[in-house]
Amino acid sequence: MKIKQLSIFLQNRMGSLSKPLEVLSNADVNIRAMCMADTSEFGILRLVVDNPLKGKEALEENNFLVKITDIIGVEMNDTPGGLTTVLKIIKDNEIDLEYLYAFTHEKAGKAILLLHADKLDELISALKENEIIIVPAEEVYNL
Amino acid sequence: MFWNEKIETMPREDLEELQLKKLQETVKRAFNKIPYYNKKYSEVEVYPEDIETLKDIEKLPFITKDDLRESYPFGLFAVDIKEIKELHSSSGTTGKPVVSGYTKKDLDTWAETIARGLTMMGIGEEDILQNTHGYGMFTGGFGVHYGSHKVGAAIIPISTGQTRRQIEIMEDFGTTGLIFTPSYGIHLGEVALEDGIDPKKLGIKAIGFGAEGWTEEIRQRVEEIFGAKAFNIYGLTELMGPGVGVECEAQKGLHIAEDIFYPEIINPNTGKVIGAEKPGELVLTNLEREGMPVIRFRTKDLTKLTYKKCECGRTHARISRITGRSDDMIKVKGVAIFPSQIEKALLKVGDVEPHYLIIVTRPETLDEIEVKVEASKDIFFDGVKEMMAIQQKIAKSIENETGIRVKVTLVEPKSLPRFEGKAKRVIDERNLH
Repeated sequence: MKIKQLSIFLQNRMGSLSKPLEVLSNADVNIRAMCMADTSEFGILRLVVDNPLKGKEALEENNFLVKITDIIGVEMNDTPGGLTTVLKIIKDNEIDLEYLYAFTHEKAGKAILLLHADKLDELISALKENEIIIVPAEEVYNL
Repeated sequence: MFWNEKIETMPREDLEELQLKKLQETVKRAFNKIPYYNKKYSEVEVYPEDIETLKDIEKLPFITKDDLRESYPFGLFAVDIKEIKELHSSSGTTGKPVVSGYTKKDLDTWAETIARGLTMMGIGEEDILQNTHGYGMFTGGFGVHYGSHKVGAAIIPISTGQTRRQIEIMEDFGTTGLIFTPSYGIHLGEVALEDGIDPKKLGIKAIGFGAEGWTEEIRQRVEEIFGAKAFNIYGLTELMGPGVGVECEAQKGLHIAEDIFYPEIINPNTGKVIGAEKPGELVLTNLEREGMPVIRFRTKDLTKLTYKKCECGRTHARISRITGRSDDMIKVKGVAIFPSQIEKALLKVGDVEPHYLIIVTRPETLDEIEVKVEASKDIFFDGVKEMMAIQQKIAKSIENETGIRVKVTLVEPKSLPRFEGKAKRVIDERNLH
């Protein structure tokens, strides 16, 4: 159920994003979704790829600092208010979200929301109780 | 103008005779009273009676900062603690600090060296001397203070900081002499200018500067700002404090008070004495110290020695400006820092010692240190908050270790240069050498 996301440490300087993406491309690893958290000096690149372990290995061979982080993906309606419904549940259950990002699903009218919280298991049960669909990891990898 | 003309202009022959007599006494006392010397000299089978000429000093082993540290706190005192009247300690804090103890006579000797220096600078009883060196365990403050008393100047013990108050006092009290580190002096001058006060109009006659690296350009800048001559003062806590060497009006090197300190220049790699006019590491011996005689101390400071008679008339040897270090110590804001301290601080944060690089700059007039640290598994988290906290934790740890606030930047693994053999850990962009 949990998706293995790659978190990559990068310095904030010109061109620093292209090298890791090149490494993944050469290793034939496909990127499903990405987001970047940055400060003036460094950033953390977060990627969901089709083969996380292979991606991690390729990046590490090229001296990148990579960590695998568990996140979850939930299905939501790709309509106004779709995101709010999910966030309200999280807020009502007093779970502190660390970050989130989203991309559209190939299923028409659906989007996938990727979420990370320190209390990931609590997050999963809260969402399940509210009948939110949690997308299996394999499904996200193989979209 | 001389403070002690007889000694300061003594013919070299007589001076050397005096030095030999004092050296013999010092070695004998150290051997008899301090177990450290007794053991060390006995091990290499050199005894006080083997010192028959000045050159025989070369038979004696060196003493290093590490030896002094191992003797912490009072292991190298030659007198009972009841004879010790003052204690100081070095600011560099690699492991245990170095302690320096002074008897009443030692304090007077210290004052004598500074008195000679102030006289060289033209400071006397008519003057008001504003001492911005810190008062405390640092020897800079009190050394200048005692010397000022000796020449009869009025000393203002203001210490470092409170820059605007410093300027106000200069104006109101009519300060005629200033003591500062060059970077603080330039800062003082700039703040005064910002406030619409021309430092040239403050009536400063002379400036004594020390406790950090400098160049001729820095001296010129200081002189331009204040419209006064600036003289370098050299010293180190281990031997006594400031006053070991001071520049005279000729500004062509610093006169070592040779009746009080015996200077040698060695090749830092072989330890062999290389004599005058050639660059090497300065080694110093106390010739006139009761409390804690230090014999053949390796200062790690790189300089040159000349015995040529100076145009000022003094016969005492001169060292040139310190051009660097034979170890990797850096001086930032007057504080001595070793890369090993940064290493220690980093180890306290992560389990593994990361690769790092220290970059020292002087963007305006004040020194800044940036420590680049390669991020590693140990200190990488999937959160900006956590990463910022790590940077702060490293900075705090370095501050605890060195007393200096630094900027920490995390960089990608393997992005810092690698060196074969001894790593180059410091990039000094201040152009002091």
